[in-house]
Amino acid sequence: MHLGKLFLNASLNFDWGDKMEQLIQQFVNGVSLGSIYALIALGYTMVYGIIKLINFAHGDIYMIGAYIGFALTTFLHVGFFPALIISMLLCALLGVLIEKVAYKPVRNSTRIAALITAISVSLFLEYGMMYFVKAETRTFPELLPNKQISILNTNAVLDIKNLYIIFVTISLMLILQYIIYKTKVGKSMRAVSLDRDAAQLMGIDMNKTISYTFAIGSALAGAAGVLVGTYYNSINPLMGVVPGLKAFVAAVIGGIGIIPGAVLGGFFLGMTETMVSAFGGSLYKDAVAFAVLILVLLAKPNGLLGRNIKEKV
Amino acid sequence: MKKKISLFMTLLLALSLLTGCAQSTSNVASNVPETIKVGLNYELSGGVATYGQSLTSGVELAVEEINKNGGVLGKQLELVKVDNKSDNAEAANVSSRLATRDKVVAILGAATSGNTKAASPAANENKVPLISASATADDVTVDSNGKVREYVFKTCFSDSFQGVTMANFAFNDLNLKNAAVLVDNTSDYSKGLAKNFKETFTKLGGNVLTEEAYQAKDTDYKAVLTNMKAKNPDVLYVPGYYEEVGLIVKQARELGLNVTVLGGDGYDSPKLLEIAGAEALNKVYYTNHYSSMDNAPDVVKFKEAFNAKYSKDADAFNALGYDLAYFLADALERAGVADSVKLKDALASTNGFKGITGTLSVDEFHNPVKAVTILQVVDGNPTFLKKLEP
Repeated sequence: MHLGKLFLNASLNFDWGDKMEQLIQQFVNGVSLGSIYALIALGYTMVYGIIKLINFAHGDIYMIGAYIGFALTTFLHVGFFPALIISMLLCALLGVLIEKVAYKPVRNSTRIAALITAISVSLFLEYGMMYFVKAETRTFPELLPNKQISILNTNAVLDIKNLYIIFVTISLMLILQYIIYKTKVGKSMRAVSLDRDAAQLMGIDMNKTISYTFAIGSALAGAAGVLVGTYYNSINPLMGVVPGLKAFVAAVIGGIGIIPGAVLGGFFLGMTETMVSAFGGSLYKDAVAFAVLILVLLAKPNGLLGRNIKEKV
Repeated sequence: MKKKISLFMTLLLALSLLTGCAQSTSNVASNVPETIKVGLNYELSGGVATYGQSLTSGVELAVEEINKNGGVLGKQLELVKVDNKSDNAEAANVSSRLATRDKVVAILGAATSGNTKAASPAANENKVPLISASATADDVTVDSNGKVREYVFKTCFSDSFQGVTMANFAFNDLNLKNAAVLVDNTSDYSKGLAKNFKETFTKLGGNVLTEEAYQAKDTDYKAVLTNMKAKNPDVLYVPGYYEEVGLIVKQARELGLNVTVLGGDGYDSPKLLEIAGAEALNKVYYTNHYSSMDNAPDVVKFKEAFNAKYSKDADAFNALGYDLAYFLADALERAGVADSVKLKDALASTNGFKGITGTLSVDEFHNPVKAVTILQVVDGNPTFLKKLEP
């Protein structure tokens, strides 16, 4: 027994540093990946929260945002932050345009009609874009410093670009919260979300409110596009499909329609995927991630931050 | 409505027949009796058109040279070039058209393994040899029962061979003993290379510490790379395509995993450098068919001739196409007569044919035994390192 204890101690001492370091690194990896999902999920959840439409084209606006950023930085040699802002503005315009052309005519039809329209818009953007920019991968120029910092003096490293992404995600989340809860536009958004007809009777311009919603949601997608483009440094017309889906999942896990929920859900999903890979399941990471989604929804049907509200009949 | 559609289809059919006629008549018109007709079944349009076009320019350059030097068996070679539109069904059609209507002595093509496999039954049935210079899949010349397709040949090494060569190179030349393998689980090509690398590397006495997988189009590899790093390998074998490999190498370097990275001909694209950056690509080696920086006299002669005709540098596909035409000419000379069946026997008994992509002998499975070129990336440029003879 004594020997056994000794052995246990020895093996703990032997492995501890390495394992801990690996764990810290995987944690950082998870946070980095999660911050990307969170960033895309913000816009998703916001549009859903206000007009109850799952905007499947969100991932594709994110892709177009990345291409706008690419064009600005490659051909016009614009810096990182100006490119981010211009891309957000152009995506906002695009979002409003899409809403006016595609979603507004089916606003009063069934939910399924709106959903199918959203899927069509998504495919249209993907393959329309492919026609213009070709299917091949493009590479972003280096915009942000390519530097890694060591964490707690171990070999675990954090990329500076991740700090940018996390910083932008958290700031955008706070700005969104501010807009929705402290401004007049936000108030009208919440009113439309609560009861569309009543809001209109109270003199709220519904078209304007919905336009604002799409403008803000799409601007968020554009920001995500530029950030992720710089981070991975490679973009293509179908880059929005998988992250769009994952971000949607993140939004649902966190509680769709709840802004901090999207961020929490994003980090949760990123962390789950990374940990599954870390424990040797790199092939099953999607299967496990989606299994977790099902489990979360079984336990909390309204998401991690969702309240249990009974639907009124 | 239905009537309209069927009318439209009939019209379309009629039109396509007309265009087909126009093409073949023009062939007949230019047909001097004393020529040997060779069919080209290549991807001249569609998804992988660049491969087909590159191969065709290589073939055309070689045929021009051959004809200038008196042709084959005293006759000029005549190319019948047909586009298979990068499509499997079309590749099969083109094959049977070339064999039955144009009565070619042999068909060169197609560029990809998939199209070549689709094109081969028609060639086999009509007893016309089909030779591909770039279909690297292991099962192009052999069917699923392990039986050789009698009239199908290829002049490029098989996928499995690249894995074997890289394992030898890593163990013997670079003196690396502990490997980690990262494989694209959605690609047969990647899995084939990885399997052969692992087998050979272990047989030589090396250790494969870990094997992880990813899927094409993934973008974040940090979790698997962290796992690999924890195992302390001294070499990574990543047989994949440049798009994913670029990101993998970049992220590995960001995580401080600075070991040697090895791969196959899927790395052969300028995009690899764009995605990963020159610094990350230090200590990257890969196998390929040919290097434009090889300075063997034959290769230099080819490069100059190619540059003179097309005013650009020859790539691997150009070189493969060029070799392919000479390979055919060599077999025709040995067959002694422009006859498909005799040509097939001559092709099968090729021994020590000297091409610019290496010396080549045909084995009993109609696969070539030939050298592999190993490239090392230096400051972002793939640089010729050595040619490994089998």
